[in-house]
Amino acid sequence: MPGLEDLYREIILDHYRSPRNRGELESPPAVRVEGFNPLCGDEIVVTLDVVDGVVADIKIAGTGCSISQSSASLMSAAVKGKSVEEARALIATFKGMMSIHEATLPSGAGTGDGAASEAPEPQAIDIDALGELAALQGVVKFPVRIKCATLSWNTLAQCLDESAAV
Amino acid sequence: MAELNTPAAGVPVLDAATLAKDFPLLSREIHGRPITYLDSAASSQRPTAVLDAMREYDETTHANVHRGVYTIAEEATRRFEAARTSVGRFIGAPDPGREVVFTKNATEALNLVAHTWGRTHLGQGDVVVLTEMEHHANIVPWHMLAAEVGIVLRWIPIDDTGRLVLDDLDGILDGAKLLGLTCMSNVLGTLNPVADLAEAAHRAGAVVLADACQSVPHLPTDVTELGVDFLAFSAHKMLGPTGIGVLWGREELLAEMPPFLGGGEMILDVRKDGFTPNDIPWRFEAGTPPITEAIGLGAAVDYLEAVGMDAVRAHEIALTAYALEALDARFGDGIRIFGPAEPEARGGVLSFALGDVHPHDISQILDEYGVCVRAGHHCAKPLMRRLGVNATARASFALYNDEHDVDTLVVALDAARKFFA
Ligand SMILES: Cc1ncc(COP(=O)(O)O)c(C=O)c1O
Repeated sequence: MPGLEDLYREIILDHYRSPRNRGELESPPAVRVEGFNPLCGDEIVVTLDVVDGVVADIKIAGTGCSISQSSASLMSAAVKGKSVEEARALIATFKGMMSIHEATLPSGAGTGDGAASEAPEPQAIDIDALGELAALQGVVKFPVRIKCATLSWNTLAQCLDESAAV
Repeated sequence: MAELNTPAAGVPVLDAATLAKDFPLLSREIHGRPITYLDSAASSQRPTAVLDAMREYDETTHANVHRGVYTIAEEATRRFEAARTSVGRFIGAPDPGREVVFTKNATEALNLVAHTWGRTHLGQGDVVVLTEMEHHANIVPWHMLAAEVGIVLRWIPIDDTGRLVLDDLDGILDGAKLLGLTCMSNVLGTLNPVADLAEAAHRAGAVVLADACQSVPHLPTDVTELGVDFLAFSAHKMLGPTGIGVLWGREELLAEMPPFLGGGEMILDVRKDGFTPNDIPWRFEAGTPPITEAIGLGAAVDYLEAVGMDAVRAHEIALTAYALEALDARFGDGIRIFGPAEPEARGGVLSFALGDVHPHDISQILDEYGVCVRAGHHCAKPLMRRLGVNATARASFALYNDEHDVDTLVVALDAARKFFA
């Protein structure tokens, strides 16, 4: 039986209590996408500035539980300054850690991650590449919370799609 | 508040701890602790009497109903119809055999009214009045009808104590064709003055549809006293099984309503050029109904009647009073409890915000203590918006809960508060 300490790691609680990159960038020029978790009514707003193929700035607004808020905060810190390709790769790796594989998942924010428990065997995931984000690994043992952890990532993916379309 | 805790002379009492022994699930352990089940507003647990009745029916009597001439088919039909009659009597239906329609759940019952009564009586610009505290099941069918035929929705607002604001009731009801309202809020616990509202609605010429999901399991119900025209509820919230719900409707209204779904059971005759619908209530029950579930619901009604709905209500008022006091004593301003402060004005449903700890996180920590509470929007998003929150945590009681459950809740909540401090 997974314990609470698997879920609520110290890094997670830290990012929950002191979220990084809070707020909203002016949009436009920033791309702004709202993501919803229909299960609990939580919502997240990601604003993203992509300059020359690089995530120049990102901010997170909205409300949610400790898992969704810390995941968003950790995500913002991880992708800031990274290239769009690196950010996309990180999204794939993160979702892989959550036992969600792109092939089984429609893209876009707020889409169902409910198939997680039936997902195919996780491919080899480079947990080291995730750095602090690896702290969210325990979430996978609490299937109902996976949606909380992936909400901001789905929203970011949609931001990247929209900024590519501009 | 002490006097509220003391049952008035003559009010029957029940012993929750003893009743709890009738519910096998309640002897389960979660994470090595006894379960504290506080989510009966979402779905209640079932006593052995219900589980046994369903099993006994399946093992001895099962056949399709209304079809066969052979012995068990005849017995199955008789038992199915007997369940209908007990459910009808339980809610004071004047003609139980004709006025009780079995559906899949309360949601289907509400949709049935919107679909059949609504489509025949409502058109472009017709007004349907709802309250701000409705469950999505009594909102979305009307939105769908609005998209289809152009009805207009008006809303009875709530005040900051979670009660309906009735100052302009006649204005809101003016010209309305239907009033849809919940007898008891599944979020706030508020008990609405249904009889008064029904009277006002009838004066305005509107038909009244009551969502009784949260009231039928917890207080005595008499449709004649309530004065409503339709009443919907689900078996799984009243100690019965999932898969069956009830629509009670006044006979004159049901009799002139067109069928809902089409198929077997709901017809008298089918020809190549058309069909003749069956009499009520079967007209609204296309296909093989949930027979085993109806037997289970009948047994649940028997169980509730044996305990006595007055006793259930008295117990839940006392328990709610105890919980309100205990939460206030431990958390004071650190907890915001939604809905009326007076236990008599509400049912045993407590939605709350604990500081700024998110309801998901509360529920997660509580689970560690074996405490089951709901976290989310409770299918009442318009109400959530009115309360200014995305979600709440909700503890809800049934006849098997006692003060010990409340004490465990308080201890676990304290742990959650400390964890996220
Ligand atoms: C007030 C109210 N109405 C309707 C429903 C819907 O009940 P069901 O899901 O059984 O159809 C519920 C249950 O969640 C409820 O609490």
